[in-house]
Amino acid sequence: MAVETNGRREDYEVREHDVLVIGAGGAGLRAAIAAAQRGLSVGVVTKSLLGKAHTVMAEGGIAAALGNVDPDDSWEQHFVDTMKSGKFLNNWRKVEIYAKEAPAGVIELEQWGALFNRTPEGKISQRPFGGHTYRRLAHVGDRTGLEMIRTLQEKLLATEAEVYMETTVTKLFKDERGRISGALAYTRESGRFVFFKVKAVIMATGGWGRIYKVTSNSWEGTGDGVILAYDAGAELVDMEMVQFHPTGMVWPPGVRGILVTEGVRGEGGILRNANGERFMERYDPERKELSTRDVVARANYTEVQEGRGSPHGGVYLDITHLGREKILKKLPTMYEQFLKLADVDITREPMEVFPTVHYNMGGIKVEPESCASTTVPGLFAAGEVAGGLHGANRLGGNSLGDLLVFGRRAGDGAADYIEQSVHAAGVPDEEIQAEIQRVLEPLERPAREGDESPYLLQEELQEAMMEHANLMRDEDSLLKGLEKVLSIKRRLSNVKVGGTRMFNPGWHTAQDVRYLTQISEIIIRCALERREKRGAQWRLDCDELVEEYGKINFVVKKTEQGEVGIERREIPPLPEHLAALFKEEKAKV
Amino acid sequence: MSDGNVTSRAHAPVGEEELGGTGRTAKLKIFRGDASGGEEVEYEIPLVEGMVVLDAVLYIQAHHANDLAVRWNCKAAHCGSCSAEINGIPRLMCKTRVEEFEGKEIHVGPMRAFPVIKDLVSDVSWNYEVSSRITPFTTSQKAPFTMYEEDVERLYEPKKCIECFMCQDVCHVLRTHHKHPEFAGPRFFVRNQWLEMHPLDEADRLGDLKEKNGIGYCNITKCCTEVCPVGIKITDNSIIPLKERVADEYYDPARWLMRKIQGRRNGRR
Repeated sequence: MAVETNGRREDYEVREHDVLVIGAGGAGLRAAIAAAQRGLSVGVVTKSLLGKAHTVMAEGGIAAALGNVDPDDSWEQHFVDTMKSGKFLNNWRKVEIYAKEAPAGVIELEQWGALFNRTPEGKISQRPFGGHTYRRLAHVGDRTGLEMIRTLQEKLLATEAEVYMETTVTKLFKDERGRISGALAYTRESGRFVFFKVKAVIMATGGWGRIYKVTSNSWEGTGDGVILAYDAGAELVDMEMVQFHPTGMVWPPGVRGILVTEGVRGEGGILRNANGERFMERYDPERKELSTRDVVARANYTEVQEGRGSPHGGVYLDITHLGREKILKKLPTMYEQFLKLADVDITREPMEVFPTVHYNMGGIKVEPESCASTTVPGLFAAGEVAGGLHGANRLGGNSLGDLLVFGRRAGDGAADYIEQSVHAAGVPDEEIQAEIQRVLEPLERPAREGDESPYLLQEELQEAMMEHANLMRDEDSLLKGLEKVLSIKRRLSNVKVGGTRMFNPGWHTAQDVRYLTQISEIIIRCALERREKRGAQWRLDCDELVEEYGKINFVVKKTEQGEVGIERREIPPLPEHLAALFKEEKAKV
Repeated sequence: MSDGNVTSRAHAPVGEEELGGTGRTAKLKIFRGDASGGEEVEYEIPLVEGMVVLDAVLYIQAHHANDLAVRWNCKAAHCGSCSAEINGIPRLMCKTRVEEFEGKEIHVGPMRAFPVIKDLVSDVSWNYEVSSRITPFTTSQKAPFTMYEEDVERLYEPKKCIECFMCQDVCHVLRTHHKHPEFAGPRFFVRNQWLEMHPLDEADRLGDLKEKNGIGYCNITKCCTEVCPVGIKITDNSIIPLKERVADEYYDPARWLMRKIQGRRNGRR
């Protein structure tokens, strides 16, 4: 199939499915399984090989109020903890569904072959984590994400779903009534294009940590999904909220930013500064190291800023008191990681850690029940790419639970939509051809003066974001950052790459950098709007928790002129049955 | 150390040593080419303290060869994407320090037991085909299960597998003898091991292990165990116990007689 466009013709393969799942991390796999179980034809597209998505790197555990270790735990308490941590910006209905359904998600994984650590009574064991009132995280040592993704991967392989590995989607198409009708992609191996004719798309592409220089994210975390959706007319929410994980590795330079699981603090790890002080006693005397991530990250940052840091610009995280045997059992991956990469034996010496960019609370705005985009029919989103669950700060362990609960709901949501709706027509060839030409441009146009390397442009962006939109911000710096980002945005058309289409990472980076730049602009613009200190949005030039902003989400939608349109949208008040949970909690104290 | 101007800082205020520059350089010879052939190309990079081979390759990609094909994801030895042959031995690039080779040449190439796509990337899709034909976890019990730590502890080992496929790469049954159609390879014996030994699994994979997955071809050279980046004792703890089960099932004369008399049901005795 091909047509003439400006004298150029490109062949492309056409694949037809009911639903296309974009992304094969926990959320995408769980969604694909749900849709396949409903009898739909499912395609799953992943930029990497199957089983390598970011979920595989999650270590600590899955937060779910199973009550196996602390019988007093309940979905209600999980709801309260999550809302408090999110500073009430969360979509409360999403949190309610999540807290109620997470335990079933964990049990389902066990049904499918996941092997969790056990309690003495033979139940799934649960460990403590920052901000969770009870011991709540179902875990497998410190490789919970691996267990989860492998279990889902094997379950998916047993369905009829078709997996397209190392394939990148570049655009979503809609019909004349605005419904999703297809997606264009290319395969990395050959650089050939594939058009997916589909009735619905489930976006499960994860986050965009690669906008920052120091990050725990892999090369893949470039936010493709959030911008594909934004370009298709979806609303985004809470985009100013970027989570810095308190503990990334700092030394040697090659490993900077690699995650040190919160499981270390969960198992009793103590943070100390260069003077040996347990400084969390000052920042959160009650919960100390088990405070929420935003608080601990700022504490670590501040200690270093004020001159009490370790030799390599971090703080010390000490777990040696747990004893060698227990460390090897509970934190084997961490032991290995520090020994091999940093020559540090964590059973004898403390680790040096510093905040690293880790997660994005914001994302595509979706209906809580179905995970449907609020504005684009046929588009669904789950996992990190979807917003609303975590508000201003995500609790550790709430992302793996999110993937299970909303992955399933997105699969079912798409299935319901397909059953109930009249289907979108095909996409005209000219539209597909135009997109193909756009994607090929940096590779195929002749070189000219002022051409830019996609890698160096990406690096420049990462440095600008690190400098101006870090875990503490102010208006002046944000404005400077915006200027830099907009200048990079203007230079995107100068990106030029060499080589052929065949497995060409330079060409792929040319696509990624466009997403990264657009997201950066959105984040900075929203960060300028929210003039307060709240969770991950810490404006040094503003007061803490300004009441006016406590009732507002900033919702972003692309304007007709292609600009970032920001709307202040009022958060509906908690219904009585949920509001009562906070009254009960206060009464307990 | 503090100048009070927090937001102007790119990151933690550390001095010159932040960059870890050693003032020295390292040379790497990297395979550049595709299925039709290729050659090693030498690149020189600034040596940074603690740098791993993957850092060096990504530096080369950003500064010298934008189209250099390489796979990587986590950079922390959790995902198993960056497998390559470094000086002829399969290793994770993210876990191999450059300093280790001080004074020696560093050669980096793709895994050779699989078809080369380009540069450091091989076509490992065959492994996913093998994976999809293994009978998945099967139980009639309903979770949550009651299982004790001592019941499942030995299964944590095979479950550590990160699917780097380096054991597949080094296995001579695949690498030298190309028994791909009838031999699953070490990775998938590891997977069969936990499935077969899971206290609640009810499926029987022994017939498949013998017939379709050719466990008999393995003659215990332990090459797979040697290259495993997460320390799974593949030969001793996965393959040998499975071989024993297959032998018990198919080569035990008493069992053989029982089968003659009773016939087989569903692959179970």
